[in-house]
Amino acid sequence: MLAIFFRPPPIIARMVFFTLLFGAWEIASRAGLFSRFIAPPPSEIIPAIGLLYSDNELLIRLLRTFGEVFAAAGLGALGGMMIGWWLHRNKDAGEAFTDWFAALAAAPLVLLFPLFLVLFGRNASTIIAMGAVSVLPPVILKTKEGLDHVPQVIINVGKTFGLTRWQEIRMIMLPACLPTVFTGLRLGLIFALINVVGVEYLIGFGGMGLMIAELGDRFEIAGMYAAILFVVLCSAFFFWFTARLESWLLQAR
Amino acid sequence: MALASSMSRASHVMTYRLIGVTTILAVWEAAGASGLFFRGVLPSSILIAKSFWRLMGDPVFWGHFGVTFFEIATGFGIGSVLGVAAGLMLGMNRYTGKVFEPVVEYLAATPKVVFLPILLILFGIGVGSKISLAALSCFFPMSLSLAAGVRAINPMFLRVGQTLNLTLLQRIAMIYLPALIPPLSTGLRLGFGIATVGALLSEIKLSNKGLGHAAMQAYARFDIPTMLAILIIIFALAGMGNYLIGSLVKLPGPDSSRRIKSPS
Repeated sequence: MLAIFFRPPPIIARMVFFTLLFGAWEIASRAGLFSRFIAPPPSEIIPAIGLLYSDNELLIRLLRTFGEVFAAAGLGALGGMMIGWWLHRNKDAGEAFTDWFAALAAAPLVLLFPLFLVLFGRNASTIIAMGAVSVLPPVILKTKEGLDHVPQVIINVGKTFGLTRWQEIRMIMLPACLPTVFTGLRLGLIFALINVVGVEYLIGFGGMGLMIAELGDRFEIAGMYAAILFVVLCSAFFFWFTARLESWLLQAR
Repeated sequence: MALASSMSRASHVMTYRLIGVTTILAVWEAAGASGLFFRGVLPSSILIAKSFWRLMGDPVFWGHFGVTFFEIATGFGIGSVLGVAAGLMLGMNRYTGKVFEPVVEYLAATPKVVFLPILLILFGIGVGSKISLAALSCFFPMSLSLAAGVRAINPMFLRVGQTLNLTLLQRIAMIYLPALIPPLSTGLRLGFGIATVGALLSEIKLSNKGLGHAAMQAYARFDIPTMLAILIIIFALAGMGNYLIGSLVKLPGPDSSRRIKSPS
């Protein structure tokens, strides 16, 4: 009994922690321990999410951001899978360039956005291009890894059955490498969301990133906190959803 | 025979790399000269190289470089220390890990730059907001990497520690730290890259010094060769930092297999 009191289930403990945290924040803010212009109390921030919906076209901005994320992810995934396939098929090219793409995966690619700004201007193309570039390295690396690790024995079985090249790809290679490729796609989607929102904020164009920049510029502090909270919740949901999809795919395999 | 085959393979790989570099340069030059883009948007690589050498002799540039270096190093240091402490707490106590690690994971997947308006209010437009964003960015990969590393430690080592009545400090010094060199190295390398992004992006958004500010100034003057030269320097800085951390963290690490051998 005592153990349950001191160690409740993690989800309950998490809720208690956040309730206490927001409660302490509310009390400290109302008591004037810090200025409302620095950190308004949660009782002002949470209703401001509703105002984001009515006054700041929250839904349209959300759709715009996710439209850019999926456009970037689509382009990056298509290019990444084609390059990954080529690196798998051509062993010399694979050996020559895989390390380069691994280095790119660790490089601060988002810092290239001024180059895209110069190339495409201050519009959605810059945001989508920047997102697509961030999707490329994980998709390339995971596609190659997935294809490289398809067991030779099942490829040989396919050959024994006299499968054509296309049948081998459709019936053996793709199903066998899909979970690994999906891990790359999931990483790519998360990188795309991070970069798209980041570049939107930096160049002041697009959806949710622009909303944060505008509210900050207008010094609507409660609204700005609400917008940041909303972006954090969206990113967390996106992360959770793609993780569930990935585990479902692994089980379905 | 095998040696000849391996040498031929190595020469093939080198040829591919040379073709790769040449193709990138040729496509860049051809695209710049094609007229598809506005004039000067894709400057010749010779112009970029000239800007690079000019920057190397420019004391103003080195002032910006010093500011950025200071911001990244300080933010990386603060974020790493806090990340290591949080990672040890999450990894060493299973219950704490179950309660808080999902929160850290979800926050790690958010774009950190959106916290910049709050940091600007808290620390102003000076180096404080840049250091804090770099530290915040670095904290998440560091703590998650350490927590995963702690959980991956062979439980036999921990039981031996208990049998020998080691104190918490002794357990950290003799079991956890030696076993944590690989995740520490991974966390530091990821953290350094992300701290660099955090510091540079906040400089790009709002600042009056630093490499990000210098790059945006060059952009505003439409001095694209200088902007690209600065971007190349930023990437070189990130790459060298990553390489140095990888080498340094590997070198002084005591070999855990020598200190405590698994009874296999």
